[in-house]
Amino acid sequence: MRFNYQTAGRLASVLLAVFASLALFTPSSYAKTVNVYSARQEALIKPMLDKFSEETGIHVNLITGGGDALLTRLRTEGRNSPADVLLTVDAGRLYRAKEAGVLQAVQSEYLEQAIPAHLRDSEGYWFGLSVRARVIAYASDRVKAEQLSTYEALAEPQWRKRLCVRSSNNIYNQSMVASMLSTQGKEATEHWLKGLLANFARPPQGGDRDQIKAVAAGQCDLALVNSYYYGAMLELGSPEEQAAAQKVALFFPNQDDRGTHINISGAGVTKAAKHVAEATALIEFLARPEAQQWYAETNYEYPASKDIEASSLLKSWGDFKADSVDVTELGRLNPQAVMAMDRAKWK
Amino acid sequence: MEINTTTTSTQVLHRGRGSFSWRALMLLTAAIIAIPVLIIVASLLQNYSPVWEHLLDTVLRDYVLNSLLLMLGVGSGTLVLGVSAAWLTAMCEFPGRRVFNWALLLPMAMPAYIIAYTYTGMLDFSGPIQSALRSHFDWGFGDYYFPEIRSLGGAICMLSLVLYPYVYLLVRVAFSEQSTAVLEASRSLGKGPWKTLFLVALPMARPAIAAGVSLALMEALADFGTVDYFGVSTFTTGIFRTWYGLGELRAAAQLAAFLLLFVFILFVLEQYSRRRMRFHHNSVQQKPTRIMLKGWRAGCAFLLALTIVTAGFLLPALQLASWASERLASTDVSGFMTLVTSSFTLAAIASTCCLVLALILAYGKRLHPGPLERQAARVSSMGYAVPGTVIAVGVLIPFAWMDNRVDALMREHFNISTGLVLSGTLAALVFAYVVRFLSVSLQTVDSGLARIRPSIDESARSLGKGPLQVLQHIHLPMLRGSVATALLLVFVDVLKELPTTLILRPFNFNTLAVRAYELASDERLADAALPALAIVLIGLLPVTLMTRTSSATAAIHPRAKQLNKDHHE
Repeated sequence: MRFNYQTAGRLASVLLAVFASLALFTPSSYAKTVNVYSARQEALIKPMLDKFSEETGIHVNLITGGGDALLTRLRTEGRNSPADVLLTVDAGRLYRAKEAGVLQAVQSEYLEQAIPAHLRDSEGYWFGLSVRARVIAYASDRVKAEQLSTYEALAEPQWRKRLCVRSSNNIYNQSMVASMLSTQGKEATEHWLKGLLANFARPPQGGDRDQIKAVAAGQCDLALVNSYYYGAMLELGSPEEQAAAQKVALFFPNQDDRGTHINISGAGVTKAAKHVAEATALIEFLARPEAQQWYAETNYEYPASKDIEASSLLKSWGDFKADSVDVTELGRLNPQAVMAMDRAKWK
Repeated sequence: MEINTTTTSTQVLHRGRGSFSWRALMLLTAAIIAIPVLIIVASLLQNYSPVWEHLLDTVLRDYVLNSLLLMLGVGSGTLVLGVSAAWLTAMCEFPGRRVFNWALLLPMAMPAYIIAYTYTGMLDFSGPIQSALRSHFDWGFGDYYFPEIRSLGGAICMLSLVLYPYVYLLVRVAFSEQSTAVLEASRSLGKGPWKTLFLVALPMARPAIAAGVSLALMEALADFGTVDYFGVSTFTTGIFRTWYGLGELRAAAQLAAFLLLFVFILFVLEQYSRRRMRFHHNSVQQKPTRIMLKGWRAGCAFLLALTIVTAGFLLPALQLASWASERLASTDVSGFMTLVTSSFTLAAIASTCCLVLALILAYGKRLHPGPLERQAARVSSMGYAVPGTVIAVGVLIPFAWMDNRVDALMREHFNISTGLVLSGTLAALVFAYVVRFLSVSLQTVDSGLARIRPSIDESARSLGKGPLQVLQHIHLPMLRGSVATALLLVFVDVLKELPTTLILRPFNFNTLAVRAYELASDERLADAALPALAIVLIGLLPVTLMTRTSSATAAIHPRAKQLNKDHHE
């Protein structure tokens, strides 16, 4: 029955054809393209990418996803990875990407001039593009700004059961603890964590907006949050969110010593990049004044570029001194930070 | 099983070089489908990094403990909800029973992570209910007790509310097929309806209960969205933390392999309970007389059923609708339509692929009913019980490896680079879906085929038709119902699927589930409502389909169908 051989073969080849055509589905018919793996959500990056395409004629292909999922994908894809640019929302992942050997160094006079040294890799493997500060949100009716001073002081007994903060799964908590490790050392940090956990008003849960809402609703008096969530709640939130944010004020800790802890979002060119020039152009574009301003105004982040001022809302919170620790250090210490938080039983 | 006993003559017809290719095709398919799961299991053989010491010292205990508690909670929750719903609709008569008969299935359309978002919005400390309580009674924080929704208990409630239909479906069938004689004997011996339930009906339905609960537990173990959102440390969140926080992919894969161990135990349990089921079969088919509930009893039954449906479906759906309408004005309609189109395209492709492969496997099993073939079919069903993230990693590794090897060979011999042919394309994503959901379509097609008499095959074959022609001209037209069910079930499952899509999708490709998740994880619940609502509404399709078919169980869940089939063996 040769017929069966043929038909089975035919069936298999139909399946193969289906898969092959799926494989070809990826659009790549543009003259100039750049492929981006972005840990920043689509809504928070797409408008700028569209603008870039409009100005340069370079088409941008985008995949968003978790930073580590994208990094794993880059690594397994190896030298054949289609990605040209890796965009992340924290320094830790950029550090990990460099360590894993999936990025390449880029020489760009513009970037070296525009981005301060502590916000980029010294060898040019990646560049910070925006800055987010981890600040204290406090109930303005129950807490006075004078009572607040440093992150360290949040572990003091006067704040017992008065602090809200999210899970230690969150990268911004991890990098905050990493910065503590880098300045205070392991022992002091573990001691601090113990005091901090005793001050939690409830088990860690929800996101940063939830912490602000909990402060407004009176469940706790203080919360550790990223500054941009507060900005977004104030100006873009639902009426309830706006009302909650208005009951809360921000405090920038450690102004008298090292400065407030910051993290960055940033980007690097991948080692496998086939469009290095376009990729570099995209990163430079994101560091230019228009893009930096856009970050500041629509995402309520602080610009990474030295020449750009923060948005008016951000300026109304006052100037602050940012911790100038090299953000690379935060990436290096991230695993230790997670382990310290595990030991302290910070969920 | 009918086929087993009557296919001897068919087998004679099939022995030949031709049918060997079906068999080869089938075994090859099964082998390929099994790769991702095997890759994860193989990680157990690799080195254990020092991070294991840390995990053992600190968090592993919590992962295991919380996962066990979650299983215990969801197990009891689905048991109580599912069995009481089944008892009421199968054995009692009360106002609204006909409607509840299918309405109790509605929560199936609600993905667990979405029901979690809606209840958090409603019950959170700063949500409308608690705020209203506080302003009405002039309470502050700490003045009153209110259960915390974001907790292990909350996760158990959420998962129980959407997973109980598995138990409900299976137990309802078991109840309605129980011999009236036995139940009446119990009642005539002076046992009331309650005693009859606990002493006779429940013990007889035990295998169905065990099967339903173990299905619900598999889904609960695979859940990531809910436990992550509620901040509960379980195996799935632990896998992510080890991978993302500690940057240890291998240790994460090893954790995943240990999770598979849990799953495997459930798998065995379910298989075992299925086997037991056959012994409980009763050949006399009589419609049991329903217990007429009157007065307050009828009222209680009505209220109980209504509460379950309201909590599991109506309330969260209304919350989603109200959020969605709030944000409707600011919705980017064309963007939303693109999302719908790409979700639909993807789901359609995946369900078609699943169907084709399911036909190959199921038909292969029919042509060659041997132990090897049965195992092959079983192996290709493993993916159903594996969390999506784990499958994604299991797919990523072999695809990239193969692509890179092909590329290296081509560079070496022909000096051309083929690049990544399959990784990072829809093909990789569709393959992952097939691995995860093949079991769903396989079991549907399987039981459909089982209902076609082998004598039909024999007649056709003796008239000189080849196996493929028989499949094409005779089986497929007769299988139309099963084919539609298989397509629809996988379609909806793919639409709801989140973690695999997130990791494996190609450039510029978003789905409704991805969008809902991105917005919700950015704490914009109201914006996430529209895509979430779309997923729920489409998820209703199989439920409505089910209400139209007479054998309700069969249509809604293939495993249930399988059970049904076993039942009649």
